[in-house]
Amino acid sequence: MSLHHYLIVSAVLFVISMGGIFVNRRNVLVVLMSIELMLLAVNTNLIAFSKYLGNVEGQVFVFFILTVAAAEAAIGLAILVVLFRNKKTLELQEINDLEG
Amino acid sequence: MMSPELFQQLLFYVFATMTVGSAMAVVSVKNTVYAALFLVLCFFNTAVLWMLIEAEFLAITLVLVYVGAVMVLFLFVVMMLDIKKPKAAILKQSYTKAALLIVGAMLVELMMLFGYKLQDQLPQDELIRMPAGYSNVAEVGEELFIHYVYPFEIAAVILLVAIVAAISLTLRKRPENKTIDASKQININPAERMRVVSMKAEKGNGEKS
Repeated sequence: MSLHHYLIVSAVLFVISMGGIFVNRRNVLVVLMSIELMLLAVNTNLIAFSKYLGNVEGQVFVFFILTVAAAEAAIGLAILVVLFRNKKTLELQEINDLEG
Repeated sequence: MMSPELFQQLLFYVFATMTVGSAMAVVSVKNTVYAALFLVLCFFNTAVLWMLIEAEFLAITLVLVYVGAVMVLFLFVVMMLDIKKPKAAILKQSYTKAALLIVGAMLVELMMLFGYKLQDQLPQDELIRMPAGYSNVAEVGEELFIHYVYPFEIAAVILLVAIVAAISLTLRKRPENKTIDASKQININPAERMRVVSMKAEKGNGEKS
């Protein structure tokens, strides 16, 4: 496998998750999952380049991204739980009443 | 017999196909629980892809942290919340065409970039194979604990903040709870609690005036 293969796989993964955010008309949970997929694609890119350049710092960076993504998922899900308690729904069309 | 390189390429293609397929399933299945389970499958396949270029530590971390903790959290939330089926009016309003247009444009651009523009700039040779006895875990650990100790500790603090934030967001006060609220006790106003009534002193029976 060359760098090429990994770049193409992660590009396809990124595009799919982006399409998931656009096409999604169900609930916020699937949008969160798409964001996780996007992070996965970015991480794959970072690891492939780290291997290609023979520099392990890219993998350290992936480690930090994983940490922050775990924190983000935990807080995002907590916000969703509170939102569901207040609104009784998670459909994107019905929680669009944020006011300034 | 297959050569080891050919076998690795075969593995790569199998797991890359499964990664892309399960990613498409994540964004397209109707049931959210199935979407979460397909995301687990996608993480597993990506872990194998990472292991194929000798990033063993991160591959194991992905399975343990992501599949073991984050996705279980996702599944918990999906199953705990009572998500109803979307209404027909919402289902009818579809962005599929616009999404496919954008996604197709992005995909074509990226593939042109990789396949045509960068063709002679990106090398086609195999990614570096390390000699036997090389430890990826030791390498990452050295880098992490020598040059990146400070960011590492900041990451720990970020996780702590995330725990506190998640708990305090979802914490609910029960009305029947009988715990004592200290600030209420301190801030009590005596005037609201008791009334001093002035009245004549009464004379008791046994007393002589």
